Amino acid sequence: MADHQFQPETLAIHAGQVPDSATGARALPIYQTSSFVFDSAEHAASLFNLQTFGNVYSRLSNPTVAALEERVAALEGGRAGLASASGMAAEAMALMTILQQGDHVVAGGALYGGSVTMLAVNLKRFGIETSFVKATDPEAFAAAMRPNTRAVFAESLGNPSLTVLDIAAVADVAHAHGVPLIVDNTVPSPFLCNPLRLGADIVVHSATKYLGGHGTTLAGVMVESGRFPWGNGKFPGMTEPSPGYHGVKFFETFGDFAYCMRARMEVLRVYGATLSPFNAWQILQGVESLHVRMERHCTNTRKVAQYLKDDPRVGWVSYPGLPDHPQYELVRKQMRMVDGAPGASGLLAFGVKGGLEAGVRFIEAAQFMSHLANIGDTRTLIIHPASTTHRQLDAQQQLDAGVLPDMIRMSVGIEHIDDILWDIDQALDLRTR
Amino acid sequence: MNTISELTCILRQRRTIAVVGLSAEWHRPSFFASKYMQSHGYRIVPVNPRYAASGGEILGETVYADLADIPFPVDMVDVFRRTEDVLPIARQAVAIGARCLWQQIGVVNHEADQLVREAGLDAVMDRCVKIEHARLFGGLNWVGVNTGVISAKRRA
Repeated sequence: MADHQFQPETLAIHAGQVPDSATGARALPIYQTSSFVFDSAEHAASLFNLQTFGNVYSRLSNPTVAALEERVAALEGGRAGLASASGMAAEAMALMTILQQGDHVVAGGALYGGSVTMLAVNLKRFGIETSFVKATDPEAFAAAMRPNTRAVFAESLGNPSLTVLDIAAVADVAHAHGVPLIVDNTVPSPFLCNPLRLGADIVVHSATKYLGGHGTTLAGVMVESGRFPWGNGKFPGMTEPSPGYHGVKFFETFGDFAYCMRARMEVLRVYGATLSPFNAWQILQGVESLHVRMERHCTNTRKVAQYLKDDPRVGWVSYPGLPDHPQYELVRKQMRMVDGAPGASGLLAFGVKGGLEAGVRFIEAAQFMSHLANIGDTRTLIIHPASTTHRQLDAQQQLDAGVLPDMIRMSVGIEHIDDILWDIDQALDLRTR
Repeated sequence: MNTISELTCILRQRRTIAVVGLSAEWHRPSFFASKYMQSHGYRIVPVNPRYAASGGEILGETVYADLADIPFPVDMVDVFRRTEDVLPIARQAVAIGARCLWQQIGVVNHEADQLVREAGLDAVMDRCVKIEHARLFGGLNWVGVNTGVISAKRRA
């Protein structure tokens, strides 16, 4: 006999939260407290030694934040989660938990600009080198592996490149070398894609995007599968006595949630990129409707993509949900079906005829589509990456990231499709004025 | 395969735990788990020939050399030994009238598991008593672990 397995639609609402013990409150309380009392000196000592589980100080753990951690872990089919102040912080912590000076990372090339900078500039300063490879080619990952490689990092669905990662194949490459595959699963969200179920070891999210879904709150979450063999000899930090905890060996003591425990106790604790209880609560309000919103994002985006494809004012369209996308079969294999077709999320890219200037005028002519740097909001959002989000990269790096000079990235919202198409239509007309 | 309701029942009912292979070193997993259970109201009975001879005590309790030496009833036998060493422990558990054989993480002796089930005991493999207790009664959720608990009832 096994426990009943709940569907994501139910987990989105219930996982990580039961009614409050103290008051019976059904909804999650916001535990807006910096600190927690100890029951005795003995209790305090046990907490500091990690001999018992409990809350001490909100930088390390907080019950409201924990509800979000467990919810996203459940939605991803993972063993444990850890929240952070932002998606970038989740990514930084995911890497810093297991990397040290002299290590090497193999990363998919078509990454979000901030991720490229973290790997190529910030971590490089600490003696961690990264090789960027073609994300759509698992063999390219294999060819770049070195004896000192300690992680493989890629996006399940690239932003804004829209390239699709063959998660199972790249996971195999990583595992053949005894290292974990870390996947940024922000764009699909856990509703449309579960990289851990396809072989990835760790996922990171900018919960600011689809998980929160309303463009109000910054947050990040990482989730571990619980299956990676940290004792394989390549990760002494997981198996040797921890200098910060009187010799506790994380992997031996915590087993299949040791990675998140170490990320919490050795990285989050020290660098302090903690998610506030209020922000965690806000994100959870959005997560409750994740499934409903993602379905609508997908069906709307499909229609927008087809509209743009048919329109003579548009030069080209890229959307993984269009059957002519070069990786459509992979999308079909890895993503949840929505309304009879693979749910390819809400991001698409296109080039308006008339080049850069027409693109800029299109953006400025939009009436309710918002010009800003974000994705995954209820509102339709538009931006020109080459001059904004990817401005820090040089021309070659931009191309490597899948950014073309005329490219407009659209994050299609859940407004009525007729109204979205109306706004696109009138903005396309105005682009030549 | 142990369900949430089975594990909850076991942890509610079986309050005296003989910990076979308990180490006296404070940072060892067996000590961690036993200290935790003791602080949550369970009686811990250390079983370890290495300390028993010298009349040792761990966590304030007398250490016994083996299960047969314990002069009072034991509800659960919690095993921190290698998988290949579990079978004789399982037989002893049945002989002393224990109600549950609990094999810790990485301890997976199927024969022992089967043997005690046939004798009417509850049996758990490859799980930690501390982690399961924290998972079901509160604590584990505070460190973001996916407990699998979906419920509209307050935690006890």
